[in-house]
Amino acid sequence: MRDFDYIRPATIPDAIAAAAEPGSAYLAGGTNLLDLMKGGITSPERIVDISRLPELNRIERLDDGGLRIGALVRNADLAYDPAFAKSYPAVAEALLSGASAQLRNAATVGGNLLQRTRCSYFYDTASACNRRQPGTGCDALEGENRLHAVLGWSDACIATHPSDFCVPLVALDAVVEIEGKKGRRHVSLEEFHRLPGETPQRENALEPGDLIVAVRLPAEAASFSANARYLKVRERTSYAFAVVSAAAALVVDGGKIRAARLALGGVAAKPWRARSAEAVLLGADASEATFASAADAALADASPSGDNAFKIELARRIVIRALISALSGTPERLPALPASPFSNIPGARHDA
Amino acid sequence: MTLELSLNQQPAHARQGSSIGQPLTRRDGFLKVTGAARYAADNHPPGMLYAVLAVSSIARGRVAALDVEAAKAHKGVVEVMTPKNRPALAADPDAKDHPFMFRLDLLQNDQVRYPNQSIAVVIAETLEAATEGAALLSPRYEVMPARVGLDGAESIVPRAVGVGGPAVQHKGDVEAGLKSAKTRIEATYETPAQYHNAMEPHAIVVAWEGDTLSIDTPSQGLAMAQGRIAGLFGIAPENIHIRSPFLGGGFGSKGMISGPQVLGILAARLVGRPVKLVLRREQMYGPVGHRAPTRQTLRMGMDGEGRLTALDHHAKTASSTFDDFFEPAADASHTLYASPAIATSHDAVRLDTGTPLFMRAPGEATGSIALESAIDEAAYACGMDPLEFRLRNYAEVEPMTGKPFSSKALRECYRQAAETFGWASRPIQPRLMRDADGFLTGWGMGTATFPAIMFQAEARAVLRADGSGVMETGAQDMGQGAWTAFAQIAADGLGLDIDQVDFRAGSSDLPNAGIAGGSGHTATAGMAIHNAGAAVIARLADLATGDEGSPLYGAGNEGVLARGGRLYRRDDESRGESYAEILTRAGLTEIEGHGKGAPDPASQEAYAKHAHGAVFAEVKVDPDFGQIRVTRLVGAFAAGRVINPRLVRSQYYGGMIWGVSFALHEEAITDRRSGRIQNANLAEYHVPVNADVPSIEALLVHEDDPHVNALGIKGVGEIGITGTAGAVANAVWHATGVRPRRFPVRIEDLLG
Repeated sequence: MRDFDYIRPATIPDAIAAAAEPGSAYLAGGTNLLDLMKGGITSPERIVDISRLPELNRIERLDDGGLRIGALVRNADLAYDPAFAKSYPAVAEALLSGASAQLRNAATVGGNLLQRTRCSYFYDTASACNRRQPGTGCDALEGENRLHAVLGWSDACIATHPSDFCVPLVALDAVVEIEGKKGRRHVSLEEFHRLPGETPQRENALEPGDLIVAVRLPAEAASFSANARYLKVRERTSYAFAVVSAAAALVVDGGKIRAARLALGGVAAKPWRARSAEAVLLGADASEATFASAADAALADASPSGDNAFKIELARRIVIRALISALSGTPERLPALPASPFSNIPGARHDA
Repeated sequence: MTLELSLNQQPAHARQGSSIGQPLTRRDGFLKVTGAARYAADNHPPGMLYAVLAVSSIARGRVAALDVEAAKAHKGVVEVMTPKNRPALAADPDAKDHPFMFRLDLLQNDQVRYPNQSIAVVIAETLEAATEGAALLSPRYEVMPARVGLDGAESIVPRAVGVGGPAVQHKGDVEAGLKSAKTRIEATYETPAQYHNAMEPHAIVVAWEGDTLSIDTPSQGLAMAQGRIAGLFGIAPENIHIRSPFLGGGFGSKGMISGPQVLGILAARLVGRPVKLVLRREQMYGPVGHRAPTRQTLRMGMDGEGRLTALDHHAKTASSTFDDFFEPAADASHTLYASPAIATSHDAVRLDTGTPLFMRAPGEATGSIALESAIDEAAYACGMDPLEFRLRNYAEVEPMTGKPFSSKALRECYRQAAETFGWASRPIQPRLMRDADGFLTGWGMGTATFPAIMFQAEARAVLRADGSGVMETGAQDMGQGAWTAFAQIAADGLGLDIDQVDFRAGSSDLPNAGIAGGSGHTATAGMAIHNAGAAVIARLADLATGDEGSPLYGAGNEGVLARGGRLYRRDDESRGESYAEILTRAGLTEIEGHGKGAPDPASQEAYAKHAHGAVFAEVKVDPDFGQIRVTRLVGAFAAGRVINPRLVRSQYYGGMIWGVSFALHEEAITDRRSGRIQNANLAEYHVPVNADVPSIEALLVHEDDPHVNALGIKGVGEIGITGTAGAVANAVWHATGVRPRRFPVRIEDLLG
């Protein structure tokens, strides 16, 4: 590992000043960054350790009914916050379906947004990767790509964003609160992550020095609490990234859908908000036929980027099931296997 | 003095034990859970430097340039070892004197023959400096196209498969048998490359003192490692001391000393200081072995009653371009099912990969999943229940050789496991069972088998005047609990309580305990311990029965019993005295005895020796998503004498979980162009997590085997994988109606 400077600033402005220098990286939970450094995928010259900055580890109710989650709140702490889980059950379920208990204890809210793709060619420094090294090409295109993107990909990059947490967040109109050299600004999560286009190395809206200080959920996000689910298909029951996942949230009144939110995970370089599907759902009968139409709409623009056509059909089916699950209501308590198709074990508590 | 026992002899000096058969907890458990167990990489001799491998990122070609200057200029880097300055060896690392000697990459030239091959070693004051030094070497290569995959090269018929087994074997006329059959099936199955992935990476801490070597490294075979190192460095084996008290798993990958471990020794020689070298996880995908991929085709014919008329099993596999290990997958069809005609054959390609090696049930695991799948297909083709079909084709003698089995309680395994599982209510047709939540539910079964193998081992026993005993053998505990089981055998062998026995193992200066492999360690080293105990007890008995002052005087013809630290007359147990009294009166501080463990050639010739088992699996499959969960596993195994039921059950659990992993999870994903493995880490190389095995049960079926060895031990380390992998695959078929043809089963295979 290359030698690097280690800085532990006392305040947010100090952190931003330090990180604005080229070659800097923020360190919070370190669950992704340290692996990237050990593998030589990234080699920052300066580590700005923000893990002990004050004030970033709070969950605050806002006067307007929204919620502000500090960037350093640990994934596990957020998921196990009873008030949070009650208001935003799909988010809690997504958090607990990700990684392992040990990782969730270390990983932070801000870091989760910034985790890098799990594309193996990104990690394999001997392979061509436009995301890691712009202009070198994409070895995933003709490579082992059965788990790669089916939406929003380009010939420059077919990687996916691996987060579970971000999927319900983007569905619920979460906003990223960023502090930078020019002060504080707010960017919707939907616009925060970027599709690859010709510049896959530009993964998000952050500028040098920018620090995520919080994620906000608007007041309306809690209105879905009675009918919100996250569903994740994976290749082992725990500690695996999504093959495809979906977050679905509904407000249903008299059999009609009054509000609908839908997002997909594991399908694109960003958490994928399915707005065209939401348009199909809004005002329609809450029925399987409607859900099937919504799923068709959600995947209308999908195309295989390689040996992964199955993910399109799988995503359709997951959308339908997630909507059915949301319609049938949020469970009283978090399932024993959060977000798993096998979550229906009566009486079992979450321990996975 | 050596005394060897067989069951046909009534020993004059018998020991009556109470430790064998007890479910003792691991003697090393406390050390491990408290972190006090010292693994190889935990050692830190004074003056030690850190060595880090630089490994090849190409599969084939040569290293054209290394920036050694840049690496050496990095602060803390002491030396860079390349082919140019690597200390001389006394033997060619590409020599192969016998099938157990594998060619090693020890910087003998600039050629690259697989990804992750060592191309240099950087030695530095800190791990970080050595790591960065290795990165600064920035190798340039002349690259040749990689040969990847089972269709990536021209096919050959290997001279031998496994260890010296014929690649092609047959009995009877398979084609005639197929022709005469009423029902026939033919099916092809693919299994992927798999890597051992022991939790503990290969690690070595080395200190040279002149021409003597002090080594801490995990090893499944201390004496073999010692011999290999001695040959490479031209020094006497007794000048090499290897300590391997704990292994964090081996599974075959630590059976032979590997190239990186020898590079650690070379690095220490080069710099004249102690050196530590620990492989990174991704560096374990190449130089330390793996399970080769296979493509297996089975053809079976059955008569009108569902009896096999022919069984043909062909396996295609792969080895490296420079060495020979060929996964003997088709040989799995030699031992389980009776058929008048059986043919097994292998062919292979040579690929730009590290040499495949023994990996837990090599051949048996790969062969079993294909054979058990095909048997399931054959049963269905005959309209029969898979258990009934297996019983119809039950082998009363070993099918390929016609030899009687030394023992075979497989019928009882089938009966107990089926009953516990509730198999009787299973419908023959697939895709008929759903649970209350709507999941497709399937039940499948497989037969487990593994040969009862013995190698060679020695042990030394000591009885002391204070009444305690010592038992020494260079045995290896891979985490399976060997130390505990051996201590139990030692206690009974010495006629002492286990707390009175100082059991010593895990060091090369102890008697050669052979290899912890082939599921033969307990039988082999156990028999050496047993015989060493007998030898020292015989000496003690001679002392007592020849001493007029002893109450045992003159008991020589009737014999004596050793129990609880005392000898008793066999014909009058009221007459006896303690070991301490006997030794003290004789004026001895201690006496010793030696024993060997080895297969008996006569019974090897006369009998087929195998452990058996039956495994039943229940899977649930999401009908829309194809996601699979193994909700229940029940196995029943008969493997001769059980030394410690707790440890044995744990071995069965571990094996069965490997079986689940084989069927549903494990796969090294290789880039078809570069030959590099794309998931060389434990996040993406999947093995089951706890949530994948919610219910697992292993039944121990009683089996007395008078022929395998005097203790009646067969071995339990590998059998659990066999049978289980096929049972899971068959349950997936029964749930979905889709027959898995490649493993691991993937979601897209079941989407429909």
